[in-house]
Amino acid sequence: MTVTTDLVSYEDALASYDPVMGLEVHVELGTRTKMFCGCSTELGAEPNSQTCPTCLGLPGSLPVVNAVGVESAIKIGLALHCEIAEWCRFARKNYFYPDMPKNFQTSQYDEPIAFNGYLDVQLEDGEVFRVEIERAHMEEDTGKSTHVGGATGRIHGASHSLLDYNRAGIPLIEIVTKPIVGAGDRAPEVAKAYVAELRELIRALGVSEARMEMGQMRCDVNLSLMPKGSETFGTRSETKNVNSLRSVERAVRFEVQRHAAVLGDGGTIVQETRHFHEDDGTTTSGRVKEEAEDYRYFPEPDLVPVAPSREWVEELRAALPELPRVRRNRLREEWGISEHDMQSILNAGAIDPIVATIEAGADPVSARKWWMGELARNANESGRSLDELPITPEQVARVTALVVDGSLNDKLARQVIEGVLAGEGDPDAVVEKRGLKVVSDEGALGVAVDEAIAGNAAIADKIRGGKVAAVGALVGAVMKATRGQADAARVKELILEKLGVSEG
Amino acid sequence: MPGITREEVAHLARLARLELKAEELDHFAGQLDDIIGAVARVAEVADRDVPPTSHPLPLTNVMRADEVRPSLTPEQALSCAPAQEQQRFKVPQILGED
Repeated sequence: MTVTTDLVSYEDALASYDPVMGLEVHVELGTRTKMFCGCSTELGAEPNSQTCPTCLGLPGSLPVVNAVGVESAIKIGLALHCEIAEWCRFARKNYFYPDMPKNFQTSQYDEPIAFNGYLDVQLEDGEVFRVEIERAHMEEDTGKSTHVGGATGRIHGASHSLLDYNRAGIPLIEIVTKPIVGAGDRAPEVAKAYVAELRELIRALGVSEARMEMGQMRCDVNLSLMPKGSETFGTRSETKNVNSLRSVERAVRFEVQRHAAVLGDGGTIVQETRHFHEDDGTTTSGRVKEEAEDYRYFPEPDLVPVAPSREWVEELRAALPELPRVRRNRLREEWGISEHDMQSILNAGAIDPIVATIEAGADPVSARKWWMGELARNANESGRSLDELPITPEQVARVTALVVDGSLNDKLARQVIEGVLAGEGDPDAVVEKRGLKVVSDEGALGVAVDEAIAGNAAIADKIRGGKVAAVGALVGAVMKATRGQADAARVKELILEKLGVSEG
Repeated sequence: MPGITREEVAHLARLARLELKAEELDHFAGQLDDIIGAVARVAEVADRDVPPTSHPLPLTNVMRADEVRPSLTPEQALSCAPAQEQQRFKVPQILGED
């Protein structure tokens, strides 16, 4: 299936049109049980081992809503500055598709639990863009399909499909933005920053791990263009299941270029769903719908209304954690670093490890240095995230303590970290086993210093003559002789002392 | 109020995956029209001070604690499946060949 799509350059597209976006994000909650039954949500279980009459839609079964599911929805709503409904209901969204055994999805229709909010997102240069939130509502996930007989598991060309309903009924919160206008050429960046900020927010609330790579957070991107100066929205396309931050940015960019090409040729945009392709960043048309979607929503008769008391809502509001953007700005000031550095730390997923390392006693500079240096590099090379590395913030803090008290220098500390990552035990155990101690025996150091001076008479003379900067060469020689296990600062002191020179 | 048309019945039948014959479409159009007409009489008494009701019991906030309860075994879950494969429900081709 090769479809060539005409594109115009992004710059040309933006010269003639203003993009309008609408983002729909689904978040799978981290509850222990499903939204309407007590089946476990644990990942990795055998197929169809976490189902019951309710989530299989068997006759006579009745749903009961999960209190933590409702609480999580309210928390998300409050963190997004939404109003929380005083009274709302669930609704049936009717459709026939094998991923939903009940033949309807229990969702919310015209009475979402949260509505009218906003999320401020910070772009890389520090500019803050406000994304208005239309609503956040409660619903349930679908089962997982495996398509058999087609190429590479695609639904196209499959002879049949296999269904595992373990995921059917897992709580989902769908968060829908109002049309995002005015982002101009920064639309792709705004979209990405919004999804990133939402992910941070969800994690900070503790309602989900929101791991996009595991499908715990998924994004649908609606996009349309309107000619510059116009205020009438164009026809939109909806790109489904864009499941990484980078893909969100690429999908918006691609659709802007595609729409501009179609419109520029005098064509019209077809309102349709499109599929995003991770490999080349393009989108292709989904199945053309024979008729408009008609879900025949009606109030769910098997569930009673949810009417969160104002006391409960206020209790939840009072217990909200510091919001991620506010926290980042506070930390940035405390650490005295730039917006750009903070952005790198955020992108590396290093904020929490650094904070935990500081809490374990390290100074901010060292904590940042290790997590953004040695550890980030190791994580990168091994394809893991920082929190998956086999080293704890406490262990990193211990290494920095050993550096501060002079028992390790930087070079040795790196070896200790390497040892901890290799599973050789705690920092102290690695120091012991590998014999990594700064040589602080003044006698041994003195001998090494004397040898270095004797072996580099010309340099020693220069230093005696006042060229103190040349001392580096001698320090290097001593470090080499002690296989890096000397305290470089002390070595320098000793050399200058012996040569009768003082610094400054 | 306008009557239920034959086209509307055909549309509903399609959404409900029901195969109806031509004479059934006419038959049901009349019946559905009567039923909807009867239900519509509620609107005559409903007023601003009567809230819409979707449940006969005056209950709200019936919730359960987030505690795991036993599920069916996969064998039980699949026992009524017309077809199965790899411990999963086997369903016919979802997309028709274009």
